[in-house]
Amino acid sequence: MVAEVLRRTWAMTRKDVTVELRARERVNAMLFFAALVLFIFNFALGPDQEKLREVAPGLLWLAFLFTGMLGLARSFQAERENECFEELLLTPGDRESIYYGKLAGNVLFMAMAEALILPLFGVLYNLDIWEHLPSLALVALLGTLGFSTIGTLLAAMTANLRAREVMLPLLLFPLTVPVILGSVRATEAILAGEGLAGVSHWLKLLAGFDVIFLVVSPLVFEFVLEE
Amino acid sequence: MARPSPTARAFGAAAGLLLAVGLYLGLVVVPPDAVQGDVQRIMYLHVPSIVTAYLAFSVVFCSSILYLWKRDLRFDAVAVSSAEIGVIFTGITLATGTIWGKPTWGVWWTWDARLTLTAILFTIYMGYLMLRSFAEDPQAGARYGAVLAIIGFLDIPLNHFAVYWWRTLHQPSSILRAGGPSVAPAMLVPLAVNFVGLVLLYSYLLLERVRLERIRHRSAELRLKRGRRG
Repeated sequence: MVAEVLRRTWAMTRKDVTVELRARERVNAMLFFAALVLFIFNFALGPDQEKLREVAPGLLWLAFLFTGMLGLARSFQAERENECFEELLLTPGDRESIYYGKLAGNVLFMAMAEALILPLFGVLYNLDIWEHLPSLALVALLGTLGFSTIGTLLAAMTANLRAREVMLPLLLFPLTVPVILGSVRATEAILAGEGLAGVSHWLKLLAGFDVIFLVVSPLVFEFVLEE
Repeated sequence: MARPSPTARAFGAAAGLLLAVGLYLGLVVVPPDAVQGDVQRIMYLHVPSIVTAYLAFSVVFCSSILYLWKRDLRFDAVAVSSAEIGVIFTGITLATGTIWGKPTWGVWWTWDARLTLTAILFTIYMGYLMLRSFAEDPQAGARYGAVLAIIGFLDIPLNHFAVYWWRTLHQPSSILRAGGPSVAPAMLVPLAVNFVGLVLLYSYLLLERVRLERIRHRSAELRLKRGRRG
């Protein structure tokens, strides 16, 4: 039973990744946008190194989340534009495989963008990220997963709306405040040299958020896709 | 359907009466706060409003689950009506909170935990109402709304922890706390009266708003029928 769900999830993810590898519609745009965001922050805040270092954790996560939002908004567009939403629904088995498959793809694409943003950020803003890389990667993973759990659900929901470009961020950002706060505070503490022990409560919050919505989202996903 | 039901009218009248008594007690009869003076009297509206808002959002959560389960549009009508009223009460809480904050903390707005939490609540349910207004198909709108209401309600405790660890400046809750309430009994009376009054007002508004929703459905049906015949 579990093996079957995993197999279907993998098929869904593989389909999305293959399409992406051939068309490169999403990841290229995300990577370029991520670089642009870092560039723009510099103009918005000026060249003062001290000031930049102070707000760096927040900026880093804004870059992550804005780029992630861009990817999420596209995650059901291929099906919508080519009118194969029905075919997606005809996939055998439970709908939860569709959800988990889409989620895995979204997390993967967002992680790819983050893998570019993080070193670029370290260079541009003179931050010592290499020393803290494992802890930062853990926070990034937990935060990205949490943001994508609700994000994937809402992307499916807004894909069929009139004002989808507006509605996705309007719904997603208020709901992911715990993820945003937790990730930013944990990143801040790690960059200040506090180590993982100092941020354990934030990590628990992020992990709790991830678990709750990894369980609940596929349950309600069914109602979103229903036609 | 065309007129308020007797129950709704009774709720409305009782709400008006209780709120008049409660506000009179709170604003005139009860002595002012020892530290904050007369400003503190805003509490008699501020605190019951947010409790009523939470009650309204719990109703949205329960009726959304019931809608997804039973697929009866009446549950959805209750959900969307309750969400609207909840947003209004959250708005009242935010407004009275900033008015209270200016003289006591010296600023209109501060990123204090409970203020922030209330603002997040406001944005989540404003999003819910916007989503409802953008959905073209009423059935799809009801389903999307129900899903969002469930996710949003589960999100509240997580927001609570996140925001509290982030910062706390607000005076700690003085009624629901270990060791009994720290509010003088004389102050509790208008607070309780206003709370019951607001809950009755909420019930009245909910009944009326649900009636409006039913009239809307009915008129859409009739229009559809006439269109088919013509």
